[in-house]
Amino acid sequence: MFTTAGAWALSLIAHLGRAGAFIAQTFYCSATPPLKFRLAVKQIWFIGWKSIGVICLMAMFSGMVLALQAHSTLRQVGAEGFLGPLVAISLIRELGPVLSALMVTGRAGSSIAAEIGIRRNNEQIDALELMGLNPFRYLVTPNLLALLVALPLLAAIFDVAGIFGGYLVGVRMLGLNAGTYFGEMGSYVRMHDILGGLYKSASFGLLVAWVCCYKGYFTQPGARGVSAATTQAVVNASVLILACDYFVTSLVF
Amino acid sequence: MALVGLSGCGKSLLLKHLVRLMDPDRGRVLVGGNDLASLSRRELEATRSRIGYVFQNSALFDSLTVYENVAFPLREKIRLSKGEIRRKAMSELEVVGLEKAEAKYPAEISGGMVKRVALARTLVLDPEIVLFDEPTTGLDPIVSRAMLRLFASVHRQRALTGVLVSHDIPAIFSIVQKVAMLHEGKIVAVETAENAHASRNPVLAQFVNGEPEGPIGYLESRGESDMRALPLDLEHPVKNTS
Repeated sequence: MFTTAGAWALSLIAHLGRAGAFIAQTFYCSATPPLKFRLAVKQIWFIGWKSIGVICLMAMFSGMVLALQAHSTLRQVGAEGFLGPLVAISLIRELGPVLSALMVTGRAGSSIAAEIGIRRNNEQIDALELMGLNPFRYLVTPNLLALLVALPLLAAIFDVAGIFGGYLVGVRMLGLNAGTYFGEMGSYVRMHDILGGLYKSASFGLLVAWVCCYKGYFTQPGARGVSAATTQAVVNASVLILACDYFVTSLVF
Repeated sequence: MALVGLSGCGKSLLLKHLVRLMDPDRGRVLVGGNDLASLSRRELEATRSRIGYVFQNSALFDSLTVYENVAFPLREKIRLSKGEIRRKAMSELEVVGLEKAEAKYPAEISGGMVKRVALARTLVLDPEIVLFDEPTTGLDPIVSRAMLRLFASVHRQRALTGVLVSHDIPAIFSIVQKVAMLHEGKIVAVETAENAHASRNPVLAQFVNGEPEGPIGYLESRGESDMRALPLDLEHPVKNTS
């Protein structure tokens, strides 16, 4: 039993060390030229632009259900007027950053891990190295930059669409006054909430890029290797997003 | 030089060690007298720039066209004008006879063409040594023979050193000068291509002549010794009874 525990601990340490070296190399390549802007823009288009539709849809329903649930509780204490701030603050501080990050992990994170994994198996990463080119600059840094830009923007779009969903249910369906819904929101939501949400999103962007690129980069050979890397990337990134959410929340708010 | 040996004996791994895509557990890898493991990143890059590597899977970038694949190392590595890059990449594509396929993607061309693009991409950086990892695997006999002729002509014209890992025996013997046999982690024989068939080294002789019996113990080493119990006539070809 001790042998198993020891082997597990050693492999964990090796894993963490490799992941640490991986992110250090990524930071180095992100901070030094040549930066591959064109690749980063392409990834922003893929990760950000192509996710907007699904993010809006998800946000609308989240806002709608939030308004529906909150309204019945608030009505019991006669505080329906606070529906707007409640929906907005929940979305801006918590649901927007977290749900958009989870959605991007499922949609783009899996594809990043699979693409890098297949490039590894097809020896394309070796080919880059032999040309004297750093594979991180082509495969990892563009994804990190794209996620750092795209995730906060997607979270902001999520917030807006979610607030609109809450408006549809709270105002249009349940008859709350539109002025109350938006007016109270204006007086309760602070800049600090908005910035905190954006910081969260950026930290999730870093996390998704790190986990998904790392898993793809060190994939095992064959179709099973790539499929395992993709699954692990999505599962690990999703769990880490929620864990990181707790720590960032306790630090920022 | 052809490097031959049983499948799975480590030929491709040996090639990967020559460019330090892998590090040896024991021993040293000397290229031009320098131990690869002791080189700095810059020195390793300089050494690697002298060596071209044609990968078994060709390792083309599938998001780029044939032309972009060949131009990629020039565009990213060497400061050349657009016109010069175009001229050089197209001239390499002409060498391998693919100038008309420049706009196609790797997924749209045949396996033989993919391997030729990989060769063009390697040659575009003017290497002194080219390592070919199974360049004819998966090709039909006619294409693979044409491929080997292409290698031979490139080799002659550019005076480069070629190391070729292949199972394509005896076809590769027509284009190489020497044959090295890798067996159980060691180079057990180096012969000229003409002498390989009649080699006094029993391992090389057995391998080249494809004999199931001999010092290699092929079936036993594969865990397939039970094949000996099958009523196989390995001496005579199968007769068509229909």
